[in-house]
Amino acid sequence: MTARSLESGAPARERAASPSLWSRIWQNHAPGYLFLLPWLIGFFGLTIGPIVTSFYLSFTDFDLLTSPDWVGANNYVRMFTADPKFWASMRVTVIFVIFSVPLKLAFALAVALLLNRGMRGLPLYRALFYLPSLLGASVAIAILWRQIFARDGLVNDFLSVFGIAGPSWISNPQYSLWTIIILAVWQFGSPMIIFLAGLRQIPQDMYEAASLDGAGKWRQFIKITLPLLTPVVFFNAIIQTIEAFKSFTPAFIISGGTGNPINSTLFYTLYLYQEAFGFFRMGYASALAWVLLALVGMFTAFSFLTSKYWVHYDE
Amino acid sequence: MSDVSNRLTVVGERQLTPMQRKLISVLTHVALLAVSVLMLYPLLWLLAASFRPENEIFTSASIWPSSWSIDSYIRGWNGLRTSFGTFYINSFIISGLSVLGNVMACSMAAYAFARLDFKFKNFWFAMMLMTLMLPYQVTLIPQYVLFRQLGWVNTFLPLVVPKFLAADGFFIFLMVQFFRGLPKELDEAAQMDGCSPWRIYWKIIIPLSMPVLATAAIFTFIWTWDDFFGPLIYLSEMKTYTVMLGLRTFTDSTGESDYGGLFAMSVLSIVPIFLFFLFFQRLLIEGIATTGMKR
Repeated sequence: MTARSLESGAPARERAASPSLWSRIWQNHAPGYLFLLPWLIGFFGLTIGPIVTSFYLSFTDFDLLTSPDWVGANNYVRMFTADPKFWASMRVTVIFVIFSVPLKLAFALAVALLLNRGMRGLPLYRALFYLPSLLGASVAIAILWRQIFARDGLVNDFLSVFGIAGPSWISNPQYSLWTIIILAVWQFGSPMIIFLAGLRQIPQDMYEAASLDGAGKWRQFIKITLPLLTPVVFFNAIIQTIEAFKSFTPAFIISGGTGNPINSTLFYTLYLYQEAFGFFRMGYASALAWVLLALVGMFTAFSFLTSKYWVHYDE
Repeated sequence: MSDVSNRLTVVGERQLTPMQRKLISVLTHVALLAVSVLMLYPLLWLLAASFRPENEIFTSASIWPSSWSIDSYIRGWNGLRTSFGTFYINSFIISGLSVLGNVMACSMAAYAFARLDFKFKNFWFAMMLMTLMLPYQVTLIPQYVLFRQLGWVNTFLPLVVPKFLAADGFFIFLMVQFFRGLPKELDEAAQMDGCSPWRIYWKIIIPLSMPVLATAAIFTFIWTWDDFFGPLIYLSEMKTYTVMLGLRTFTDSTGESDYGGLFAMSVLSIVPIFLFFLFFQRLLIEGIATTGMKR
């Protein structure tokens, strides 16, 4: 702003002093680009370049040692028509996303509402609930989880108090995925913090007015809190869904890298890892990555397109 | 339905005796405490198990060992061919360099986006936001091929160099939000006095932005420390392993027999994260709250 007004204020001097347009362009734009330079190098070298390459590789057979062989759409055709593991991993990931994200958000919102009543000790509770979020992505926690849900683990110790002999949750294909979903829900802390921040933004006088009009707590929640909170719900849902699609470490550690029992924890990312770095089928793995991108992209686009019908933007 | 809730409010809001208010407050605390205990129990159990004598680990669900022992820590520390000391040093080097790279490169990019004017700025900013949504799997294989050709496999470079190129857009975004909140008059005054953008960045913006830089530094440290996937694909020699990779190897090789050692090392692996949590939780929580709100 300032630079521009200075220019227009003294056009004659500018023209006389500067030998050319070029030095002015340099002065106005170069600093920005210089500061942006590291990011630009990374953007082209580590993002755009690899994206293009990855798209190309997805149409090839590539084992890393010999140069890529063009195979047309074969990888994609094989994936959708002749690869049961692809479908298994897709199923596992979709189930994981569909259950872990809403459960996590519901839990986060419920606790945030409890905490938002002007409680004493709020910072302490908030910190305690946040801790699992911070630690949860760690290998150590995945190891702990494997132990908790083992046949002689903590969960079954508790169940035995009630005379129930629980199975080995980890090695039973019916339950194994659920242990990982529970692990994800356990980390509800960071969306909870975002919900809390959102709840703080809702003007208190709206509730006072509503309560004078005789609206009960539940109606206040449905008519005021929830609509005004939809932008935050939307944000949390998008972030958590993308994170859920990318989840890798828990499934890898809990299943020992296999995705077993009978592929019940074969997350899409885990399958991609196996194809790429277990069998060195880099072309096929690239195709898998592009299908994942398409999936995440479609989800995001769908969310943004439908958001205008349910997300309340207050201007 | 609404009738019922109306009546409920009348009872709930206006006719609450102090006694009832107190009761509701106590009940809320009880509920919250119950949830806290349920959530933290596994962590406390892990801590207790790591201090139990080996033969007692699975005999008790309590979080208080009947007798204390640090044998597990001693066994675990040297449980693999390479000691966990080496893994710790590696993890600290990688995390430390990542912090340096991220803070430098991201603050520079954020300064350009928040404060400087240049052609196509909005376009680049939109591109940066797009990278936030991009699943890393899409760039994974070509990046691996690239780093392999550069001879960087089994070095820390593939894990560290991207940080110096501001590859993590989240932190740029975080800092842009903060920089935009600083009074613009400061830059303008400095510019009048003939300060170059570099000096404004270094002498004004950076010193005023310590909270956000600290937040970025802490998150970078924690995320890099925690990272499993990167080290898993780039580091295959044990002397280059990070703590997380060491732990995973432990589960493969000795973990089935030495649970004590495994738990002890698991505890040690999250101690640095826990310390950050202990001392900087305000910054962490504010960081999440602000980026969340402003997207």
